[in-house]
Amino acid sequence: MKDALNMKIESMTLTGTGIPSGKAGVWCFLASEITVFGGLIGSYLVVRLGSGGWPEASAHLSFSLALFNTLVLLTSSMTMVLAFDAVEKGDSKKLRTFLFLTILLGLVFLGVKAFEYAGKLAHGFTPGAGVFWSFYYGMTGLHALHVLAGVIVNIILFMEALGNALKPNEHRVELAGLYWHFVDIVWIFLFPLLYLT
Amino acid sequence: MSNILGDVTQGTHPEKKGFWRTYVFSTDHKVIAKQYLALSLFWAVLGGFTAYLIRWQLAHPETAAPGAGWIPEPFMYEGVVPPEFYNVLITMHGTIMVFFVAMPLLLAVFGNYLIPLMIGARDMAFPRLNMLSVWVFALASLVLLISLFVPGGAASAGWTGYPPLSARAIYTGVNWGMNLWIVAIALEFAAFLMGGINFLTTTLNMRAPGMTLFRLPLIVWMQITAGVVFMLSVGPLIAGAVMLLLDRVIGTTFYVPEGGGQPLLWQHLFWFFGHPEVYVILLPALGIILEILPVFSRKPIFGYRPIIYSTIVAGILSFIVWAHHQYVSGIDPRLAMPFSITTILISVPFALIVFAMIATLWKGSISFPTPMLFALGTLGVFLIGGLTGIFVGSAPVDIYFHDTYFVVAHFHYTLFSAVFFGGFAGLYFWFPKMFGRMMNETLGKIHFVLTFILFNTTFFPMFFLGVGGMMRRIANPMQYEFLQPLQPINVFITGSANLLLISQGIFAINFFWSLFRGRIAGPNPWQANTLEWSTSSPPPHENFHKIPTVYRGPYEYSSPETAEDWLPQNQLGLEEVKK
Amino acid sequence: MLSWLPENISTYGGDIDSLMYHIYYITGVWFLLTYGVIIVFLLRYRRQEGQKAAYVRGDSLTQASWLLVPLLIVLALDLWIDFQGSEVWAKIKIDAPSSDLLVGVTGKQFNWEIAYPGPDGKLGTADDLEMENELHVPVNKVVHVILRSKDVIHSFFLPNLRLKQDVMPGRTIEAWFEATKPGRYPLPCAELCGFGHSGMEGSLIVHSLDEYEKWVQKNWPNKP
Repeated sequence: MKDALNMKIESMTLTGTGIPSGKAGVWCFLASEITVFGGLIGSYLVVRLGSGGWPEASAHLSFSLALFNTLVLLTSSMTMVLAFDAVEKGDSKKLRTFLFLTILLGLVFLGVKAFEYAGKLAHGFTPGAGVFWSFYYGMTGLHALHVLAGVIVNIILFMEALGNALKPNEHRVELAGLYWHFVDIVWIFLFPLLYLT
Repeated sequence: MSNILGDVTQGTHPEKKGFWRTYVFSTDHKVIAKQYLALSLFWAVLGGFTAYLIRWQLAHPETAAPGAGWIPEPFMYEGVVPPEFYNVLITMHGTIMVFFVAMPLLLAVFGNYLIPLMIGARDMAFPRLNMLSVWVFALASLVLLISLFVPGGAASAGWTGYPPLSARAIYTGVNWGMNLWIVAIALEFAAFLMGGINFLTTTLNMRAPGMTLFRLPLIVWMQITAGVVFMLSVGPLIAGAVMLLLDRVIGTTFYVPEGGGQPLLWQHLFWFFGHPEVYVILLPALGIILEILPVFSRKPIFGYRPIIYSTIVAGILSFIVWAHHQYVSGIDPRLAMPFSITTILISVPFALIVFAMIATLWKGSISFPTPMLFALGTLGVFLIGGLTGIFVGSAPVDIYFHDTYFVVAHFHYTLFSAVFFGGFAGLYFWFPKMFGRMMNETLGKIHFVLTFILFNTTFFPMFFLGVGGMMRRIANPMQYEFLQPLQPINVFITGSANLLLISQGIFAINFFWSLFRGRIAGPNPWQANTLEWSTSSPPPHENFHKIPTVYRGPYEYSSPETAEDWLPQNQLGLEEVKK
Repeated sequence: MLSWLPENISTYGGDIDSLMYHIYYITGVWFLLTYGVIIVFLLRYRRQEGQKAAYVRGDSLTQASWLLVPLLIVLALDLWIDFQGSEVWAKIKIDAPSSDLLVGVTGKQFNWEIAYPGPDGKLGTADDLEMENELHVPVNKVVHVILRSKDVIHSFFLPNLRLKQDVMPGRTIEAWFEATKPGRYPLPCAELCGFGHSGMEGSLIVHSLDEYEKWVQKNWPNKP
């Protein structure tokens, strides 16, 4: 290996955009994620506009549970921002606290979702009960998987933060934050589309 | 030059890694490119074999295909293809050739190998993500292989997988084969998403000093445009694939009309990706030709910037043409004309690229080694593919040609030209760089001549079949009275196709022979300008002894600045020396 | 190449064919021109001792006009093809003439079910008649076909009438044609629909008006 100093000098002479590569990569990833959910939401709108009689089905959804979940996710976005703020200030204790809170809120969201699914299934609204329910389970399910992935990423960061192993890679908190906000924004779209109409 | 070679081969990085880290779990972009090459060549052989069985069945329906007697029941019966298995064959042929040969070969092999070398970087921006990409692709390959052998048979709804045929097992009798097919495709998408993110970030951030965006070789532009187009178009199909899998596994009704679903929805999602996908494959192939033409014409590429702008315009237009695959599918007829107009307009940027290629030849000093022959062959064949696209792009004409062999001929002229002619051009051209030895010229030329002639005798008659009305995806044309007069054409095509497949053996022999016995290439056997030729062949780990500094664009051939007819990007020119 | 087209027996088939011929000639001329230029360049500018290639980058406007002028011609021809195409498309798909006869065609794995409305001219009534794979129509009459599917997507293809229309489950799609010559013509399925797709074929039987009257008499003897 070249010595570290040489590598560092070399990397400074490279022609680039000035955006850190990690961040650029995450933005690219999110851009394609947007098109995944864009495709799903677009399909939902097309099918919905093309057929009548859906409002009754969506009336079976629990608005209050979804509103609660919306608040949970929004709060978790805030704690994620605070975690990033803590990293920038070098406050590892606060970082651990806010990462923990974010994870907890993510799990609360998933718990409420599971409760909601169980209730719907008990009433016979299975994924095969009609195309509205297909979209309901498909869209919220894919979103829940994204929440789960975010929770896992945050748990990994949290574990590293516990052992102070995160120190050299603190920018990863920012990258995880970008992803977490994206997941939050997707829910902001799903909530009115499924529950409010 | 020999100094550089000497320095580099002495090894700037004495640290030795074990066999597994060097050849299997490597993060080196060059090793990853070769892993992709091995996988794509494996799939190309399998894809070629499916083509053989398909062609045999069409020319000699319900007779035993020679050399296929070993395939057990229930796939085949003593060499005879039953109709269910015929549908599996066409499904697998399309899936394999598009997703498991074209994309890995053109994007993953050439993109991975060339981008860091050409921009003067030591590796990709995310080397570990790159390794993950090839392993996810290997997993996708494994899943697709397994899907061939599960009970109920493999996917048989066509490579386009139109529901409801694909959405419910009762229509085809295929159960897990189809589910695994969806999983394999989804994994393949994941692998190429990782690749695309890597290509783009690397090109944006890792360029050598002096390597501005408008000094990038055109193939790099083509690769990243393809990467971006892929990243932005594949999402809806991933969503669509999830929906299809849910329809099959947990009984949702996204595409099932009895439950209020829309079969046509899949077609929109599929082609919203599917058409850009054509350019994802085509652009890197055009990039390969654009690299090769100036080297063997000893002339700068004609109109470097217009080509870049055309590429971007074509990339954008590719997002608004998808419904031309659906003129007769029952979409609102008023939608067809706008899509017909955008479709035919997309010929404009591609025409510019073709004109630029031809203008590059003008007043050149042209020599004809094998890579140049294949590059010119790509151009010649692609031209026919593009021109026949005007027929099927025009909505009223497509009413007749849709789902006939005219379409089959058309897309083989575009895709076969890109994948095989373009791919061979690239392999012959960069083989010396990848493996340090030259490929045999005589065998290469024989390979080209046979491939060019036999390709045309195989696929050009398919235009006649299409004009005669022969439908795609029928297992036995002899069942139709109106197609029986066309049967001699089918027999002729099959004969040509078999010879075409056999003649690829020449390439295999040349490849393996040259790997061990080829003439030592030296760093720059073609006297080319781009950065990959400024390092040794094959390049060392981390590519360059010292990161080069770039002084000019990639195509300064026969420049008045020097007496030589070439001027590498990293060589000090007169102006720099004066300073 | 286009002489391989099956005989056209529909009123709008000629429009499609002539559009096809226009595109054929335009692309044919482009093909010959481009190949000619390439071959001339390859021969004329092949490597010769002591001759250096010209240093032409093509980035000045005068040089770029070598690209732009042919490009403008391409664009003009493209628009001309589109313009012609939209007229033909509108004639076939948008401004359908009113029907003299209504027929229901339902695709299923792996047959066409043809429903005739009978004397009352309406589908779905008691005097309907169902046949498998045989579509009987009179010559020189506008026939509207009501297309449905019982299972998967099929495609209703009449090569001699230049008519193809996918049949979509869950939807009713209307197509029309007017045949100009009596005879028996193929009616294959053109969309992969399962293991029996190959061989899924019916026939279109175009009767002269007298013959058609006889066919109607035979099938609905109690016609008022």
